[in-house]
Order: sequence, then structure tokens, then C-alpha cells
Amino acid sequence: MHVPDLAGELIRGETVLLKTFFLGIVLGLAAAAGVLYAIPAVDQVREASIVKVAPNGGNSETFHINLPMDRIMLGDAGQAGVVPPGLKWPADEVFADVRAELFKIRNARDAVVGVAVRTAATSQESNVIDWVLHLPARGSLFVNMDVAPLKGGFRIGEIASGSREFRPLSGFMAERWISNDSSEEGAPAGRIELSATYVGQLDSLATAETVE
Amino acid sequence: MKYAVSFLLGLVVGGALFVAGLLYNPFIADRGLSPLSVSNAEVITLRFANVPAESIAYTNDGESLHDPHPEKVLQLWEAPIRSTTAMATVMRDARNQVAGIGVKFASDSESTRLLTGRAIVDSVWYIYLPEHGSLFIEQTENYFPFVREVAFPAWRSSANSWRGSWLGDLTVGPGALGTAAVTGGSGRVKGLRMEGVESISVRAFSADTGLVSSEGRILVELPEILDGIED
Repeated sequence: MHVPDLAGELIRGETVLLKTFFLGIVLGLAAAAGVLYAIPAVDQVREASIVKVAPNGGNSETFHINLPMDRIMLGDAGQAGVVPPGLKWPADEVFADVRAELFKIRNARDAVVGVAVRTAATSQESNVIDWVLHLPARGSLFVNMDVAPLKGGFRIGEIASGSREFRPLSGFMAERWISNDSSEEGAPAGRIELSATYVGQLDSLATAETVE
Repeated sequence: MKYAVSFLLGLVVGGALFVAGLLYNPFIADRGLSPLSVSNAEVITLRFANVPAESIAYTNDGESLHDPHPEKVLQLWEAPIRSTTAMATVMRDARNQVAGIGVKFASDSESTRLLTGRAIVDSVWYIYLPEHGSLFIEQTENYFPFVREVAFPAWRSSANSWRGSWLGDLTVGPGALGTAAVTGGSGRVKGLRMEGVESISVRAFSADTGLVSSEGRILVELPEILDGIED
């Protein structure tokens, strides 16, 4: 009479079960590593840059801010027109002559591409108007404006520094207020136009030849 | 059937082991002491409230951990700026006196590599200090140590919160020593190129509402030519 080896089969079954479990663990580890490696944790949305070649060298790019809809914050010691409602601008005298504004900035296609801060301050030593433009997928620009406006309502400033894509660039940026005469409902009161001209750093010929 | 269940269970355990290994990987160590902490050069020390509700204004896409402040501030919901935050805050000096205003823009970075312990944020500061002038700070920050030592324990806790004392440098670049690039824009620091480090201290964090008690600090190392500037 044949007696089945139940104990042996049970052990064999358990062994296969354990092997399947461990195979699952190994594949789970590999899959998790693969997913983290292959799928980017951050994928910034990019609007195509609209950059033109300037006639006298360099590249130019224009941004604008529709007001009042693109204003995120307006802090001013006057308190009368602070944005957003409920903002508590510090009462300390350090802020008495400081006006800071945060905006969303748009490209030439009117698509929001970044955020910016404009700070205007008067002090005994010097008056300051600074811009920082932050384009998440590209980098940031820091511009010191000349306080005195030019003819035509322009104000121009030098690009003092930049990050990432803008780090090796220098150049200028002009700001101009353009009021909107349209009577359309919901139309902006006007816009701040920012025209940036970038100039890349020239590579020294001697350095380039040494590298070659 | 039992083999399929065993395999799936193994997959889940494998995934969990991977996450645990990532979080407790001893080879992903904190950088330790900031190079500016041991510098002999004079530094500007700036402190700021790092909790959004204590800032002048804070905004994001409106769906993140921290709520925008004040309530009616414009939110950054458009796709190119959805992973960006903007904060305006009061900057205080080392003696806790109001020194000026700081605005920080921070965006999640595509150079984030969780496999190597890099949860990177690209950020810039614009700081205006009436006494010194304006500063532009460009940096990459790594939040992985913060996630590992504060956010994850808070999420794991039954109360969804963490209390303790955590102090860490966030700045990891672009400087070779893990420092931020600082440019002086006006006033006494106009035209100067300097280095800086941002750090935060956290005392309470909630997995539901974010930072509850936290303070930030920025150190900016001044060149030797500016001996007259005090922090």
C-alpha cells in the first residue's frame, strides 16, 4: 500500500512559498529603485522661451505684469492700499520708506511663467529700486534699476546677478508702465512691461586655445 | 493562489524595505558643520520666522501642506509656478532687532534624486536691509535630512506631529563648500560677491499643517574690506 509522504510535500510546499516570498521582496526592492530612478520626482512645466536676437548683440526677452490681477502682495507703510486685504505690513520704522510688491510675471504670449518682487526704498544713503524675477524652470535675475526715470517713462537697470540659466549672463532690463485705454469689462488697468537684454560672457581666445 | 499572495506580499515588503533603507541609509549623512560657522571673517546674521502664518505674506498653489497667508493672497496655481512658493518676511539681526525685509522664492528642483538623498529646492532670497543695502542670495537647498528626521517621524506618529529640537543647514550649493552665492546690490554691500548659508531650527511640526514652531537663519560672510559692518 502506497503511503503518501505528506510531511515531505508540506515542507516542499512551504519552501516554494518562502522562495516566492523572497523573490517578491527582491523584485519589490528592484521595482522601487527602478521607479525612483526612472520617474523624475520633479518635472517643471516649461513655457517655450520667446527670446529674440537684439540688433546690437545679445538676446532680448519681454515680460509683463497685468495690474491689478497679477499683484500678489503690496506692502507699503501708507497701509491704505495694501494687497491682499488683511496683510499686516510691519509698523517698525525700518519699513517706513520701503515699498515691496510681489507679482506673477507673464511672457509675450500672456502666459504666467514666474514670479517677481519689486522693492523701492528711500534712505539717507541711497534710493533703491530692485527687481528679482524668478522663473522656476530657468533661474532668477537680480536687477538694480536707476532710480531716475528716462524720457518716455522708462526706467533702466543693470542685471547685477542671476542664477542657473542666467548666471553667466549680464545685461540690462527696462521697466515701463503702459496704461490700458480699453473699456472692456475685466480688462487690466495697465501693465508693467519688463524688457531684458542678455549679453553672454565672452570666452577668452587664449583660454579656448589652451583647452583645445 | 497562495503563491501569488506570497509574491505580492513579498513585493510590498520589498518596497517597504527599500523606503526604510532610503530613510535610514547611514551613507546619506548630514553635512555637519557649515563652513561659515568656523570662519574668522565677519558675518551678517539674519533671523526670520519660518512659519508661514508668522510671515508678512506666504503663498503657494493652495493645495500644499502650508496654507497661504493672509487667507486672500493670490495663489500660484498656474502650471509653470505650481511647485513654487513665495514668502515675504521680517528679517531680524543677531540682537533680535528688526533689520529689514526678506522675500524668498523657492521651487522644487529637477535635480532632486531621492535615491541619493537629495530632495532639492532651488531658491533665491531678495533681502533689503536699510542699514546695509540689498542682497541677492542664490542657493540650492536639500530638504532630505529635514524629511528624514522631522517630517517622516511626524507622519509616522499617531498624533501626526513631531516635537523636539532639530537644527540643520539647508544650503548645499552652488558654492563648492555647499554655500550660497550672495551678491550685494546697493548700499555698503553694492557690487560685492559673498557666500552665505541658510539653516532652520524646528521645534514642532505637524504632518497635517506643516511647520508649527520654527525659525530660520541666514549667515552671510562679509569680505575683509568691510570691517565697519556689524551684524
